[in-house]
Order: sequence, then C-alpha cells, then structure tokens
Amino acid sequence: MDILITGLLLGGTYALIAIGLNLQYGVARIMNLANGEMLVIGGFTAFWAYTGAGLSPLLTVFILAPLAFALNWLIYRVMMVPLVKRAKSRGQLEVDSILATFGLSFVLVGLMLAAFGGDYFSYSYLAVPVQVVGDTYALNRVMAFIMAVIICGLIYLWLNKTRAGMSIRAIATAPDAARLVGINVRRLSALAFALGGAVTAVGGAYISTFVTLDASTGVVFTLKALIIVIMGGVGDVRGTIVAALLLGVLESFVAALIDPGLTLAAAYALFITILLFRPQGLFGRKPT
Amino acid sequence: MTLQDGKTLGGAAVLIGLAALLPLAGSGYYLGLGITIAMFTVLATSWALFSGPTHYISLATAAFFGVGTYVTALGFATLPFWILPFLAAIVGAVMAGLVGLATLRLSGVYFVIFTLGLAELVRQIITWSQNRSGQKGLYVLTDTTEAGIYWQLLALAAAVFLMGWLIGRSRLGFALRIIGDDETVAAHSGINTALAKVLLFMVSGGAAAMVGAILAPRYVYIEPSLAFAPILSFQVVIMALLGGTGRLWGPLVGVIPFTFLLEAISANFPNQTTLALGVAFLVIVYLLPRGFVGLIEDARAKMRRAEGAA
Repeated sequence: MDILITGLLLGGTYALIAIGLNLQYGVARIMNLANGEMLVIGGFTAFWAYTGAGLSPLLTVFILAPLAFALNWLIYRVMMVPLVKRAKSRGQLEVDSILATFGLSFVLVGLMLAAFGGDYFSYSYLAVPVQVVGDTYALNRVMAFIMAVIICGLIYLWLNKTRAGMSIRAIATAPDAARLVGINVRRLSALAFALGGAVTAVGGAYISTFVTLDASTGVVFTLKALIIVIMGGVGDVRGTIVAALLLGVLESFVAALIDPGLTLAAAYALFITILLFRPQGLFGRKPT
Repeated sequence: MTLQDGKTLGGAAVLIGLAALLPLAGSGYYLGLGITIAMFTVLATSWALFSGPTHYISLATAAFFGVGTYVTALGFATLPFWILPFLAAIVGAVMAGLVGLATLRLSGVYFVIFTLGLAELVRQIITWSQNRSGQKGLYVLTDTTEAGIYWQLLALAAAVFLMGWLIGRSRLGFALRIIGDDETVAAHSGINTALAKVLLFMVSGGAAAMVGAILAPRYVYIEPSLAFAPILSFQVVIMALLGGTGRLWGPLVGVIPFTFLLEAISANFPNQTTLALGVAFLVIVYLLPRGFVGLIEDARAKMRRAEGAA
C-alpha cells in the first residue's frame, strides 16, 4: 500500500513534466529533447532562491513560470521557426527539431557545468513527515503532488473550456485544417511551446525539493517524459496523466521489490509493451 | 564490373594500404589518434549506412559498442581471440534485429527515443546482474598491441566500405533510398519496408559491436559505465552528419576534422566538451544540413557551371 502511494506521488510530478512536453510535441510538433534541461534549470532556480534568498519554492514558481515562458517562447521564435519554415514534410521537421534540441540540450548542460560545476545539489525543504492513510510520507512529495494536480487540472480546463484551448486542440489534431478555419497556427504553436516549457520548469522546481539534481540529470527526465507522452498518446492530457501515474507506480514497485537500479529498465518494459500492442497510445484511436 | 568500378575499388585499396603503414611511423601518439579515427570511421560509416538513406536517427551506437566489449571481456579467456569480433557482430546484429522489429514499424520518433535509452537500459541490466553475482568489473588482459588493434579496425573499415558499396548497388540499397524519399510510395511499390530497415539496422549494429570487441583489450578493465558511455552515440551522429550521409565516404570527411577538434578541446578546455558537442549539433542543423559533402558538391557544381559558361 505504501509503495502504491509513493508511486502515485511520484507519478503526479512525472505528469507535470510530461504534460509540458506533450504541449510542445502535440501542438508545436517539436520533439523537445532539451525538456529535461528545462526541468533542471527550474530546479536550479528553486535551489538558488531558497539557499540564497530564503524564498520558498512555492513562491519561486511565480517568478520562474513567466521567465521560463519567455525563454521558451524565444527558443521557439529563434530556433524552431526557421526549421518549421524550411521543412518540406513533417518527417523532416521531426529530424531537424530532434537534432536542434539535442544541440540545445548539450549547450544548456555545458553552460550549467561551466557555471556551477558537476556537483550534486540538494536542499532541505518541507522534509517533515505527514500521515497519509496510515503511513508516513515526506511533506515535500505530497506538496509536489498537490501542485501537480492543480496545474494539470488548470491545463485540462484551459484546453477544454476556452477558445484558445480549443484552437490548440484543433492544431494538435489537424494542423493544416486548423489554418483553413482561421486559426493562427504559428502564434498558438509558439504559445503552446512556451507554456509547455514553463510547466516543465515549474515541475523541476517542485522535484528539486525531494530529488537531488545535477547539471546532467536532465536526460533521464527527458526519457521518462518521452515514454509517458507516447504511452499516453500525443496531444492527450488525460492519457498523459494516466500514463505518468502508471509509470510512477511501476517504478516504485520495481525499486522496492527488485532493485532501485532497474527503474529505467522497468520504464522500458512498459514502453515496449505499449509499442507492440497499442502504438497509438493508451486512449488513442487507430489511424485510419 | 565496369572500368569505373575497378578504378573506385583500386583507389580505395590504395588508400587503405597507405593508412595501414601508419604504425610503422613509430609514434605512439599518432597511432593512438589513428585508432580513434579508425574507430569513428567504422562507427560513423556503418551508422550512415542505415540512417543516411532512411533518415532514422539511431542513438544506439553506445549500446552495441558496449555489448561488443562485454563479448570480448567474457569470452577472451575461453575462446580463440579471432572469433570474438565475429561473435560480437552476431550478438550486436541480433540485438539490433530485436530493437528494429519492435520500433522500426513505427514512425521515426519512437525509434529515436528507444535508441536514446538503449545504452542506459543495457547498462542497468548488466550492473544489476553483476551486483547479484558480486562482481564489479572485468579485466581483459591480452597480448594484443596497439598496432594490432589499429590493423583490425582498418580491416573492418575496409569491410564496411565494401559492404556499403555493394549495398548501394543492390536492390536493398535502392529500396532504402525509396523509403527515405517517401515511405508510403515505397510500401505501395511492393517493398517490404520494415524488413529492409531492420536488415540494414542489423548491419550497422553488428559493425558497432565488432568495434567494441576489437577495442576491449585497449581498456584493460571493463565496467558498465565505461563500456556504455552514452556520449559515444552522439559523437558518432555528429561526425556522420558533419561529413554528410549522402555519400559513402561522407562520414569520413566528418570524422577526421572532428577527431582533431575534440582532441584539441579536451586538451585545452576539458570541461567544455559537452558544450562543443551541442554547438556542433546546432552548426549541422542550421549551417550544414547536408554536411561537408553538400559543400563540396555545391562547389563542384559551381565550377562545372563556370566551365560551361567559359
């Protein structure tokens, strides 16, 4: 039982990162492999603000989110728009954007290594026990989970209840048709990309309260987010959340019962199963 | 075989023969550099055999390489030494076949993601099984010399070039080029696209595993985090794309300058190699989408036009 809840708490934070990536891939069609680095940047910022200025990560995110939004918007405008313009097909855009975001990811890691060195960094915030259904958990994990629920809920409502959200979903489903009905695809793609980056950075800030990060951990999170996005279905918020919780639970079971060193192997086993049996994602429909 | 083919093969044989003289120069430093170049030539060329025509970016090189080193590490005491690279090639090809069957039926993104984590996956499994048996790393103590390793790699490079040349002229190579242009068209004209892709991926995986097996004696002590260093996959991708994957000799044009560049960077700014790799990726995407080969061909076309006008 306690393994299950640990897994759910972990899965909640995964959901936050994966939703960020899904907004970027599902709408803007950019497979952002620098996603994990954005997360680490978010974590670094929270660490700084807490150790330097005594600012609680709960407050830091209100500064972090707009900054990350602006940074990702800039990345999209400067780096991605030229690729979108020159791409003749979706396949070419995918290859180009994968290579470009790899480059970006390495550059970010390199810059962080140069600025902070390769040290691990962690800090103690809200590391107090709380009781959940009879067992004890660290408050920071519970807090991260609650924030993830709130943010995922807001994004879900935004996508499903507002006009901008509807346009975004339209682009995710059929980019060409969306343009025909007068949706400004380029502007909204930039918006979705920037928003996705901001969500990931905020996720990073929460994760840094209970996970030790260093400059080069980003790629692990990128991998997990990618697996979740594909498992949940591209552009599908509901599927992403379910997949993230599934992965979180599976990882904690493997870590608790077999070996903590095998968590990625577990994620891969899940990934292969999905690829073999439901390549369109958990809730996806078969392409016609 | 036409006269042109004879010239191509003869020229290649002469170049490889010249390269084989390097150990006789007697400088350990240049021999070390030669091994690095030979190693990356095999890895990048075999990578480009698959990823060049199909545009599927494979990041699995480190996984195959690592598996190859482990084949040597586990087998050198009991099996004759010359068998090990071939055994590694079989293991690598089988592994590539399995990965290919699971992912190559789907779109390229799934493939990239899967291969991105493959090295880490194999590393975790090996670490785990070593922990269970209480063993940490493996010693590979053989009497293989640096020159021996260099010649083996050079022979492998020759084999890979020959194979690439033959594949390029075969039905399989033609099928792959069509797949790269338009996969739907390829499927409609009766090409078994999944089979073609899996076969080529097996060739490239087998070659990478052989490189690992050949180089294992050089490491002496083998442990998972060394054998499966993910950075290798990225270096190979960069070198192959920098040179250009449109021609068989393209990756070679990228390998040589980039090896020297990395050498210079790691000697002078050891902490900035990651940054340099990132910048290289960006340069390729934004400035050299067809690699050096593209530049060379543009220059040639310009010269020809100038001649035609004169």
